[in-house]
Amino acid sequence: MTRIERRNLFLGLAFISPWIVGLLVFTLYPVGASLFFSFCDYDVLQKPVWVGALNYRDMFTDEVFWKSLYNTLYFAAFALPLGLVASILTAVLLNRAVAGRSVLRTIYFLPSLVPVVAGAVLWWWILNGRFGLLNHALRIVGIDGPQWLADENWTKPSLVLMSLWGIGNSVVIYLAALQDVPRSLYESADIDGASAWTKLRHITLPLISPVIYFNLIMGIIGSLQVFAQPYVMLGGGGPNRSALFYAVYLFQNAFQYRQMGYACAMAWILFLIILFLTWLATHTSRKHIYYAGQ
Amino acid sequence: MRRYIERGLVHLLLLAGASLFLLPLIWMLSTALKPIEQTMSIPPTWIPYQYFVTRGGESVPVRLGESIDVPSCVVRRKDTGARLLVPRSALSNGALRQSTPQGVETLVPIEVLKDIAASPDTVWVRVMPENLPSSEWDVAEVGNIVRRVAPRWENFGRAIAAMKYFPAYLMNTLLLCVLTVVGAVFSSALAAYGFSRINWPGRNKVFILALATMMIPFPVLMVPMYCLFRWLGWIGTLRPLWVGSFFAGAFNVFLLRQFFMTLPKDLSEAARIDGCGEFRIFWQITLPLCRPALMVVGLFQFMFTWNDFLGPLIYLTDQKDFTLALGLQFFQSQHGGTEWHYLMAAGLLVALPIIVLFFFTQRSFVEGISMTGVKG
Repeated sequence: MTRIERRNLFLGLAFISPWIVGLLVFTLYPVGASLFFSFCDYDVLQKPVWVGALNYRDMFTDEVFWKSLYNTLYFAAFALPLGLVASILTAVLLNRAVAGRSVLRTIYFLPSLVPVVAGAVLWWWILNGRFGLLNHALRIVGIDGPQWLADENWTKPSLVLMSLWGIGNSVVIYLAALQDVPRSLYESADIDGASAWTKLRHITLPLISPVIYFNLIMGIIGSLQVFAQPYVMLGGGGPNRSALFYAVYLFQNAFQYRQMGYACAMAWILFLIILFLTWLATHTSRKHIYYAGQ
Repeated sequence: MRRYIERGLVHLLLLAGASLFLLPLIWMLSTALKPIEQTMSIPPTWIPYQYFVTRGGESVPVRLGESIDVPSCVVRRKDTGARLLVPRSALSNGALRQSTPQGVETLVPIEVLKDIAASPDTVWVRVMPENLPSSEWDVAEVGNIVRRVAPRWENFGRAIAAMKYFPAYLMNTLLLCVLTVVGAVFSSALAAYGFSRINWPGRNKVFILALATMMIPFPVLMVPMYCLFRWLGWIGTLRPLWVGSFFAGAFNVFLLRQFFMTLPKDLSEAARIDGCGEFRIFWQITLPLCRPALMVVGLFQFMFTWNDFLGPLIYLTDQKDFTLALGLQFFQSQHGGTEWHYLMAAGLLVALPIIVLFFFTQRSFVEGISMTGVKG
């Protein structure tokens, strides 16, 4: 190692030292500790007691655990694809509209600026069975709307609906990606007489596919950890625990039942699920992602 | 021709969608400006209103009670002093006929205050002047009552009062925002500089490690961090919520590194040849050039801290230490379900600063969001 190299190594490490400390204290230590706790009986007050895989075995027979996992996957299975299609569609339309594009973009983006708790409180009111905006609107078309948050069949659809209100963030991302698609491609497609659908299918979607993939992965990670909305709107999980989400049940175990070991085990299972789904998404989409310059 | 129809259709769809997106927020504002009884009307009222009665040349705000369609009297019971509204047929010789549940008729001495000649042409309505005890009701002719648009801006003040510690919530939130923004911008700029402007062996491998840590979900870290802060005696203080931001979060480092990479190499080379120290190059040459990117990181951090709910929920124990997000949820759990107007006013107060901030920094915002997605 030359003198310059040694100097650079020293300087580089000095500059990233805040990150190194953060990595050790706020990432590596917690990861290790949580893995250890997941094999322990631990209530914070007393020292953790090693119990082997007991927490993991308990999970298999814990009906509430399965219910929370089901609820979360149900939510993700609807919120993710619906959000993906809605935001791409909105972005494609916005990209074509010339008049008032920036005003429209701001309107679509506005809801995703509303702080999560404020949004949850607002939707709690909108979804009110008697005086909520949604049922007022349904009454106009002659439908007697359900008791959204008080009916176990409707709690999860309620949360999916609410999540669609917040797609503005991805709309902005897609819009930026769409503006990078070269105009010339559409122009030559026009000469060939391609239809709007063909252009979308064979030019637009392939060219923005890396961004779709990125949003999909972020969506998987985010939607499996949804916490604030169900916690604020449905507290302990709503009627018959129909909206008890994974992260909420995990929080309850950790900070209400003081079963920290069990909560850690749940967190690791969540991590594995996220890794598996990310791998699955990567594996199945690999052929469909187009990277410019490759 | 087809082009115009198509374009019209696109605009129509977008406008319809935009109104759906905007409607909840308008509904929120509308609710926040109503008196409570107007939040619970079917069909809904969108524009808050108020009835007024002209009395002695003055317009007095009132609420409407039941309408009176038979000849009636406003009377005062001589024994209890209560004001009553009774049909004239129930009066005889300065007394009110009342029957007990057993069917025994008694005569209550009364004093007639007002005689109301209800007829098909003039309907009277019982009115409750606002801000007066409900026993002070009066009657008014329908023709004398006017309805005017009247947003209740005072609901915001009342919501703040009802939240009890609102000023403390605001101060805590602002303090946390300032600390975490300073911490995040400074520490992640340092780290990003180390990951991009200095060439050291193993740099890219370590950076991939940094990216990989972004995959770890928060619940995995949550319990040990709680234990760590508990061991430090920091539970119930704001410290767990800001100390971490001084240690360069991977996401911010990633954002800034992307930007630092675009700066030309010659810039720092020239300074190095002039004998400039590395920290001075970072501080005096690189940072001033990166203002837009630092702005994005600062904005995102501000948003994150302002919105964070789980962190304060875990670490804060005393109501006086709550942040706005946690305070709003606490208010909802205490007063929610009836006082919709105050709840919406409180929600707006929490949302508004972010929306205002957005309008002032729109460009950085949109650039930042596009940056996270497109170059990711």
